[in-house]
Amino acid sequence: MSVAILKQGDYLIASIQSDLSDTEVNALRHELAELVGVHRSRGIVIDVAALDVIDSFVTRALRAIVLTARLRGAHTVIAGISPDVAIAMVQFRLNLEPLRVALDLDEAVVALDRLTRGDHEDEG
Amino acid sequence: MNDRSDRPAERGDAPSDKQRARPGSPPMQAVPSSGNEGHDPSAEADRSPAPEARERRTSDPVLEELVAHLRDSRTQMREEWARRISDAELLGVMSDDEIFSEATEVYDNYVDALETGSVETLETYARELSERIIPRGVETDEVLGVVLLLRDVLARALFTRYEGDPAQLNRVLDAYEPAANRIAVVVGVSFVEERERVIQEQQQALRELSTPVLQLRERLLILPIIGALDSARARQLTEQLLGAIRERRAQVVVIDITGVATIDRSVANHLVQTVEASRLMGARTILTGLSSEIAQTLVDLGVDLSMMRTVGDLQGGLVEAERLAGYRSGEIEDSTRIET
Amino acid sequence: MKGEVRLAISTDADLVAARAQGRAMAQQLGFPRPDPTLIATAISEIARNIVMHAGTGEIVLRPFEEHDRYGLEVVAIDAGPGIRDVEAALRDDYSARGGLGLGLPGARRLMDGFQLHSDAAGTTVTMTKWRYRDELARARAERRRRA
Repeated sequence: MSVAILKQGDYLIASIQSDLSDTEVNALRHELAELVGVHRSRGIVIDVAALDVIDSFVTRALRAIVLTARLRGAHTVIAGISPDVAIAMVQFRLNLEPLRVALDLDEAVVALDRLTRGDHEDEG
Repeated sequence: MNDRSDRPAERGDAPSDKQRARPGSPPMQAVPSSGNEGHDPSAEADRSPAPEARERRTSDPVLEELVAHLRDSRTQMREEWARRISDAELLGVMSDDEIFSEATEVYDNYVDALETGSVETLETYARELSERIIPRGVETDEVLGVVLLLRDVLARALFTRYEGDPAQLNRVLDAYEPAANRIAVVVGVSFVEERERVIQEQQQALRELSTPVLQLRERLLILPIIGALDSARARQLTEQLLGAIRERRAQVVVIDITGVATIDRSVANHLVQTVEASRLMGARTILTGLSSEIAQTLVDLGVDLSMMRTVGDLQGGLVEAERLAGYRSGEIEDSTRIET
Repeated sequence: MKGEVRLAISTDADLVAARAQGRAMAQQLGFPRPDPTLIATAISEIARNIVMHAGTGEIVLRPFEEHDRYGLEVVAIDAGPGIRDVEAALRDDYSARGGLGLGLPGARRLMDGFQLHSDAAGTTVTMTKWRYRDELARARAERRRRA
């Protein structure tokens, strides 16, 4: 299993364990869309720290997850982007518009708490 | 930098880029960590003034005789050379014993180089010697002076020895001069390149010193940039900042560029990318201290600052940062020391 | 570190292997961070391009060493139908979410050199990334270029 998805209260925590193939990325996308409904989750954390590369395909999949989850009433926070991957994403000029990010899993949960409280504080 | 045409001009005898990049053609070497590989042996060979001296050496009886003579008179020559060094007040930072012992090494290597035509051992020694004496403040003119003195000492000895046989003297000088010149060049270049390497290392250290990432409070970092920003430094700054964000779990970063006088397009874009990358790691960034000149430059360059949070001065930036990080405002007295 | 490595590309698992290999080679060559990640990301894009548009092809990784710099050349070769409008494929059009969906403009930005050749016989993408060994080598090369 390359991704472990845990239910934690109102949230789904998806921890990616290793670099993923496109097929696995798509599987994650579909699984999350389904589980959000099953558990009536209000938030999703995707921990991407184990991903060596976040390219256009992965970014598109993450965007799709965010937008799909939003339609089903859940916020999504991406956690654990490494410095190198962050630089690559910026230089690539990937469209990162709807992505919310956090340093790590703990921070992501804090961010979700804030988002689900409807507390739309400043967000850069 | 996005095109092969950016590649530096090739040496005349070098294969084309395409050939170079082909598999297997360039022998792979371990990448040395120090910066002194600007002198690969082939590059030195390109520079050598008299390649014909090399062909001549092994079978040349004149050169053989010369080498034998220099070996026989080793003690006398070394002493003469060391004395001339002292008289010329060169290498003042070194003791007479040190000078004599280094002179002996160089002399032996010098004669070996004359004999074999290979300057590699001498070059290695010259580099090591340079490494030892550069920190002590030995200057380029001293090193060149010392090498030329040896050349003089030996040439004068040859004149004396072959005084009665001008024809033989000419032959000996024909053999000696190109080799001696080549040796002088090798030693001089080794010293200068070693010096450049040391300077470069110092610049690197200075650069690292000049971009400190300071922790103002828990999870609040400040990056005061002072001095000229070039692409290399901007790149290093990004790496340091992103690493610090991760290590110190930063929520907010204040980048203060009050101390930056001018900025160009590539550096401006780099700054924008740094802010974006910080955001991807979960930190919010505030840019402070943009001078009116830099602000205008950024606008003229069309740099997209729409996602940049900017505050006029550092003080205001810190207030904003503390607000973002969830601290009450007004408690920033302890921050003033950072401004110096 | 040996010479070139050739990798057959036909599935998305090959893509994972190709970027891992590219990263490892970049690290062995001595590329500083974050370059190995940039290279791996660019490889991912051109390898996916093969799988999506040609079905099968090959990625060739070629390390090179020169006296003042080192680098990696990455070549993606396929015998697919070719890209009809090369310019459009390289156009920066991210309002359309990556233009033709090739990710090529992004890959190009991550590398130093980028060439795309495409005709009825197939497509070849050649990308290079290199580094001067040190600041002095860089400064000297720049001086030579200006002269």
